[in-house]
Amino acid sequence: MLLLKILFRNAFRHKLRTILTILGMTIAILAFGILRTVVDAWYAGVEASQANRLITRNAISLTFSLPISYAEKIRQTEGVEKVSWGNWFGAYYKEEKNFFANMAVDPKSHLEIVDELILDPAEKSEYFKDRRGAIAGRKLAERFGWKIGDIITLKGTIYPGDWDFVLKGIYMGRDETVDESIFLFHWDYFNERMKVQNPMEADQAGFYIIEIERPEMAAAVSGRIDAIFKNSLAETLTETERAFQLSFVSMTEAIMMAIQLVSVVVIAIIMAVSANTMAMSVRERLAEYATMRTLGFGAGTVFLLIFGESAVITFTGALAGVALTFPAAGLFRSELGQFFPIFIVKATTIWLDLGAALVVSLVSAVVPAFRAATAPINSALRRAV
Amino acid sequence: MAEPFVKIRNLSKSYWRGGRQVPVLAGIDIDVAEGEFLALMGPSGSGKSTLLNLMAGIDNADTGTIEIGGVEITSLTEAELTAWRSDNVGFIFQFYNLVPVLTALENVELPLVLQGLSRKERKERAAFFLGLVNLSERTDHYPGQLSGGEQQRVAIARAMVTDPLLLVADEPTGDLDRRSAEEVLELMEKLNREFKKVIVMVTHDPKSAERAHVIRHLEKGYLNAAP
Ligand SMILES: Nc1ncnc2c1ncn2[C@@H]1O[C@H](COP(=O)(O)OP(=O)(O)O)[C@@H](O)[C@H]1O
Ligand SMILES: [Mg+2]
Repeated sequence: MLLLKILFRNAFRHKLRTILTILGMTIAILAFGILRTVVDAWYAGVEASQANRLITRNAISLTFSLPISYAEKIRQTEGVEKVSWGNWFGAYYKEEKNFFANMAVDPKSHLEIVDELILDPAEKSEYFKDRRGAIAGRKLAERFGWKIGDIITLKGTIYPGDWDFVLKGIYMGRDETVDESIFLFHWDYFNERMKVQNPMEADQAGFYIIEIERPEMAAAVSGRIDAIFKNSLAETLTETERAFQLSFVSMTEAIMMAIQLVSVVVIAIIMAVSANTMAMSVRERLAEYATMRTLGFGAGTVFLLIFGESAVITFTGALAGVALTFPAAGLFRSELGQFFPIFIVKATTIWLDLGAALVVSLVSAVVPAFRAATAPINSALRRAV
Repeated sequence: MAEPFVKIRNLSKSYWRGGRQVPVLAGIDIDVAEGEFLALMGPSGSGKSTLLNLMAGIDNADTGTIEIGGVEITSLTEAELTAWRSDNVGFIFQFYNLVPVLTALENVELPLVLQGLSRKERKERAAFFLGLVNLSERTDHYPGQLSGGEQQRVAIARAMVTDPLLLVADEPTGDLDRRSAEEVLELMEKLNREFKKVIVMVTHDPKSAERAHVIRHLEKGYLNAAP
């Protein structure tokens, strides 16, 4: 149709200007999408946390531990289904830059509660049997090229020395929100060495993981647990897994807010660029729109042509940006996987991309379109002269 | 005597410039008969274009009435006026005002988009009028690839394609060399003679004006007495 031909050819009349605007839009949408995904990745642990899980830790701070004897008392608390425990180990593999989450846990009870880690039954029983046995997430094993049966030596930081483990299993996440880059091994193995090496640190758990009967009971059960250990040498702080995860990320909340703000600013900038492009293009063509109105085309046609042109430019850029977001996220995963174990572009992000493109295209076109549709025809025609 | 085709009574128009009201037309009365070819002359700034634009329904009068083919266009709403223009007026501008991103044929076809014709009918009609102005070989050329005279002939075909009652031309030869101007003027005479179009042409070239049946002079917003 003739009007569509006018619309599309107008969009590419000033090739350099249009291409630069499209390119700007592509970069803006790409940046917007990646920044939002960074924020999502940061909160991934919170997002993935289970509503029926509590974490108990030392009330003073996470760096203080709790006696292992608490396990039994917690287990007997009303509303508690299962209890497990562990210690943050903080070791690295070969070089300090190779860090990743590694923890000493009670294998059986841990996997019973944290059932989003999927392990082959044969591997599982091998892991349970061998005191030096360990399991690693699929991504972590891939990262270091570990295979089942490998002897893996970690260098301790909190608990110094070389620690040898035998890789007995590689777990997968139940879904893509599960972190597949954690290393887990027997708490008993860890504790026995502590008894020899540093008796003060023996028989201590860094945290307890608790499964409760029903999520609604979280507050009541937490209260009960903390009450038991009130006025003891090691008082406890029990909270939901979500609150526990949030307490980590809340330290960085200001940074996350800043990133989100930047993502909006990026869109605001491209909006200004795109609005400028549309304003310049339409100003140059005021006489053409006036001519069409002379021929009997109404304001609706002028709106269609200008809003359409703006949409062609912004959406061409935005769709390219959306398409590039996925390989860019892949690059992030492969290069920065240790910082962002879960780096997934969410559907919401894509919808926000498209929403941003729509807003940019409408805002860019609205003033020029009104001007071209309502300027007195005779004075707009004079501009041709 | 038959009713005139264009009947303008007591037409006044002023523009605001720098906070001051500048009168351009003051109490104009003019008739244009059926089949007439009228030339409007006068010095630059005398209000010729303003009068033509009012007649063609692309500007609004302050006072007075304009009746064309029995329709009082001064009392139409903006939307009605737009629709009226598309059916009844063909425009020829000094600078052709073709749509640069459309070919010659498409430019001629453009006004027909509003007429509810099929694509095939539109193409045929447009091709016929392009043939009438001797540009059949230029069908797929863009305005930028045509000479000024050729562009103006495309514009004439575009003005004719909806078969309007009235053709208005604002200095149609003002930007053309002598030879192209002659061609354009001959074409306009032919449209008046063979297609019975009423033509109102603004010009300040006396030689061009000779083609018309009637010449009227505008002087500072007043029409000089008819000859
Ligand atoms: N849209 C407008 N706004 C303000 N002044 C205008 C406008 N159109 C025309 N004029 C003024 O009205 C006068 C007559 O203009 P015009 O009709 O174009 O004259 P002509 O076509 O005879 O040269 C001029 O002084 C011109 O500056
Ligand atoms: Mg003029």
